[in-house]
Amino acid sequence: MGDDASMKVFVDAEKCQGHNRCFAIAPELFDVDDLGNAFVIGDGSVSAELEAKARLAVANCPERAITIVES
Amino acid sequence: MATVALETAHQAPVVDWASDFDHTDPVWVDNPFPIWDELRNSCPVAHSDRYGGTWLPTSHETVSQVAYDTENFTSWSVVVSNGRPPEDNRPIGGAPPITSDPPFHAVARRLLLPAFGPKVIAALEPQIRQLCRKLLDELEGQEVVDAAADYAGHIPPDVIARMLGLPIEDGELFREFVHGTLENVAAPVEQRHEFFGRFDQYIGKQIQSHIDEPKDDLIGFLLNVEIMGSKLEPSHIGGTIILLLVAGIDTTWSAIGASIWHLANNPQDLERLRNEPELWDTAVEEFLRAYAPVTMARLVAQDHNFHGCPMKKDDWVLLPFPAANRDPLAFPDADKVILDRAENRHAAFGLGIHRCIGSNLARLELRVALQEWVARYPKFSVANPAAVRWAAGQVRGPRELPITIG
Repeated sequence: MGDDASMKVFVDAEKCQGHNRCFAIAPELFDVDDLGNAFVIGDGSVSAELEAKARLAVANCPERAITIVES
Repeated sequence: MATVALETAHQAPVVDWASDFDHTDPVWVDNPFPIWDELRNSCPVAHSDRYGGTWLPTSHETVSQVAYDTENFTSWSVVVSNGRPPEDNRPIGGAPPITSDPPFHAVARRLLLPAFGPKVIAALEPQIRQLCRKLLDELEGQEVVDAAADYAGHIPPDVIARMLGLPIEDGELFREFVHGTLENVAAPVEQRHEFFGRFDQYIGKQIQSHIDEPKDDLIGFLLNVEIMGSKLEPSHIGGTIILLLVAGIDTTWSAIGASIWHLANNPQDLERLRNEPELWDTAVEEFLRAYAPVTMARLVAQDHNFHGCPMKKDDWVLLPFPAANRDPLAFPDADKVILDRAENRHAAFGLGIHRCIGSNLARLELRVALQEWVARYPKFSVANPAAVRWAAGQVRGPRELPITIG
């Protein structure tokens, strides 16, 4: 992970309701706070080998709170 | 372990589902999926005069819209019945925070969230596994076991009673409280008042014993915690205990039973789970999607038009998350159970601010209960399909599920 990552993940804190799907699927990319709400680890950069997991996290979020930005 | 004979009030049989549906009708109770599929195609928001006026959205789109709209729909009561909640218990509601609206809802919910966070709940896995093994040990030697009454039904009451600090041996009583709250909803209002009086009395006694002898459990926490410098209202404490007890038991019990029912009827899925243990994560989510136990409810907060339907203040709205989960516009092959379904943003735990607070616990109990069952019984089938009995009301799962082992 680092500046050369071409994918970043974001969690919309307003939309996240703590379903915990992203943390279960990709704990390398997401963590949860004491209330169970998700946040991205570091700056959200996704290494190439974790891109598939990032997409699964997006596809499994019931609240559609996770987005991916690709450069 | 005997099943208690519990009284359930019944209404006249439903003739037309689009204009006269009833979620306690035996046809719905036995198999609601064809009803929801038909309505989704022909009448996406159905209406019934029963329970003083009730609406039923069945598509993922309409169910989500109601769940997200806390202005037009209130959570003041979430169990459809013949009565309406008393005006004087707002904004707390009878079972906060599920019966609370913004802004009070967020305050009441924040208190409880840390106790149910994923990392806290994960620590309970060994205790739950041990409980499941003990229950299975007790069934040793039986050729036919009731997976609902003698297995699934004993797991969540034990777990939530320990968390709350209620006597474990009162499990049978808890199951009666669950029945009275969620299944016997067609009963006359007076009968329900009398029932809730008994329920409140029991909870009051348990609160008193915690006051007399302070304990480090959830009831102890609720007695001490403060909102903006004040202890919680007694009705808030009692209502939250009722919520955690009822919602903690019935839902997970139903999910475990329905999943075992599926595996008993689909030996190819059972075999896959035995041979490919890496499937458990997606399989549990798929069981939650396909057999989501909980249909939530709202009351209409103000007269308004919803998808052409003239909704009136105090009408009920059933929120069938299980129907949303079977909407083909939201899920490809929505009617098929696909154990390795990778993309599954199901709504089994609701959508929006009332997401099930116990979702991490429910998932853990479901996964562990199924894993232990399958490990103990590599092969099993439904002993007598006619004897399978599903719970009536807003929480759907088998209450009697005779399973032949081997």
